Amino acid sequence: MRDMTFGQYYPAKSIVHRADPRFKLVILLLYIVMTMFCASFVSFGLLTLFVIITVIISRVPPLKVLKSLRLVLVIVLITTVLMMLFYTEEGEAPLAEWGVFHIYLGGIYASVKLAWRLMLLVTMPTLLTLTSTPTELCDGLESLMSPLKKLRFPVHELALIMSIALRLIPTLVEETDKITSAQKARGAEFESRNPFKKIKAMIPVLIPLFVSSFRRADELADAMDSRCYRGAKGRTRMKSLKFHFGDVIALLLWCAIFVAILFLKYNWFNWAFIAAVGL
Amino acid sequence: MPFLDIKSVDYAYSSGDDEYIQALQSVSLSIERGEFVALVGCNGSGKSTLARLCNGLILPDRGFITVDGMSTSDKKSLYEIRKRIGVVFQNPDNQMVTSIVEDDVAFGPENLGLAPAEIRERVDWALNCVGMSEYAKSGPLRLSGGQKQRVAIAGVLALKPQMMILDEATGMLDPDGRAEVMNVVEKLNREENMAVLMITHFMEEAARADRIIILDRGHIVADGGRELFSTPEIFTDAGLDLPISVRLAQKLRARGLDLGAPLDIDSFVSSALSALDVDRGEAVSDGEKNHNGGGEV
Repeated sequence: MRDMTFGQYYPAKSIVHRADPRFKLVILLLYIVMTMFCASFVSFGLLTLFVIITVIISRVPPLKVLKSLRLVLVIVLITTVLMMLFYTEEGEAPLAEWGVFHIYLGGIYASVKLAWRLMLLVTMPTLLTLTSTPTELCDGLESLMSPLKKLRFPVHELALIMSIALRLIPTLVEETDKITSAQKARGAEFESRNPFKKIKAMIPVLIPLFVSSFRRADELADAMDSRCYRGAKGRTRMKSLKFHFGDVIALLLWCAIFVAILFLKYNWFNWAFIAAVGL
Repeated sequence: MPFLDIKSVDYAYSSGDDEYIQALQSVSLSIERGEFVALVGCNGSGKSTLARLCNGLILPDRGFITVDGMSTSDKKSLYEIRKRIGVVFQNPDNQMVTSIVEDDVAFGPENLGLAPAEIRERVDWALNCVGMSEYAKSGPLRLSGGQKQRVAIAGVLALKPQMMILDEATGMLDPDGRAEVMNVVEKLNREENMAVLMITHFMEEAARADRIIILDRGHIVADGGRELFSTPEIFTDAGLDLPISVRLAQKLRARGLDLGAPLDIDSFVSSALSALDVDRGEAVSDGEKNHNGGGEV
């Protein structure tokens, strides 16, 4: 459980690491929308190519990014298989048939696209957390959401809560392990096959975990107060966010692909070659 | 006017509906700039309460506390007080706000609203002071307890306080970690002239301070220099141990060999060696005997 790829910063010197987190967040948002608009294999290929290029220039070992796929592998497999078995196409002959299950050519295409889309959806957020520190991400979010401050929305507080939560995840995982061992030593049963009993067995872990979390929160609040924390008032940042020319170029490039993907999907000008590759 | 001035302070905390536990009773003490003070006492003696009173995390029921002339009861001056007194707590895991060492050290100066370049400078300086510069970009998971506590000290240091309170900051550390933290604290006291109030129940650590205050059930029972260790009853009456070297010397005195009250093993060894040499009627020349005479003894 400790080997969680998500939220693990990988320090390296690259333009992806240096890029302004606000731009990275905007690009990520754009990217997620893009995966939804990918319709043909050409657009999937285009997007994947861009992801691969980004991974390469980020200098993060590609294995680190691929590892994140392991987390969603089961979901991807189940959804693809179900999609393939239950997909039906009117007026087409199925390639194979067992009882209620049919396999159509269109079904294979659709399920491959689904799997591909899911994998694309996981890789980029992982790359984001690998190349930006939680502080950068929180600062970026805070800055992007700062217009909401006018509506009295607690933007700074929200960003701080996120940062502390990310910071405490590994600590709480460690603590859960400790409490589990302590309860096992007292004879608690965690190995039951009955799911109802299994949930019940979690109670002796969850209660001490809650109690200690509250204690932790108290101590952390004291430590923050002692270090002159007064909320957002008069607070400055060591790493002030500055966008570089490169960030703008990266954003423009991603926008260009987005437009390309939209073109491939809708073919507004009825270009023949797009219709030809439109799988 | 002393830097930290505590005048006849009472503090009680509630332990239920209408029950109160008196944690401190008419406690008065003052600490000057640059002093190195150890505050000792067994569990429940009110040590941590005293630490939390000093920077206004809690307010006294009676009496008053001033820091650099400002009262902790005045809400407006709390921020200025906390700039001057930094507190390091016991559990290093509960003091880190962010997942990257340098970002965490920057938390304090960021709250002060300093310019980014100035914050950067302070963070680098503080990390260098505690010898953690090479870990600036790592996360807390990869650090040992002693290293985490040094980061916590750097986080306080970056505020450039004039006094640092360590509330059992070595309590959860192994001997190596304790030594790391102690060395950093002694260096800060010596080189930056920072006042230190070290709350501890490790007597070996307390013996390294210039002044020792003993707290027993909410009262100050002793306040003095290292000579306190020559009257061991003060410590034992307050439920405290003595440094092992002092205890050894006590046993030897009972057998007729008076070594005084050596505060660490090194001074115990050297006074023991010189005492043995005198007994044998040999010429005593301390330095030489200790280094060259080892083989004969």
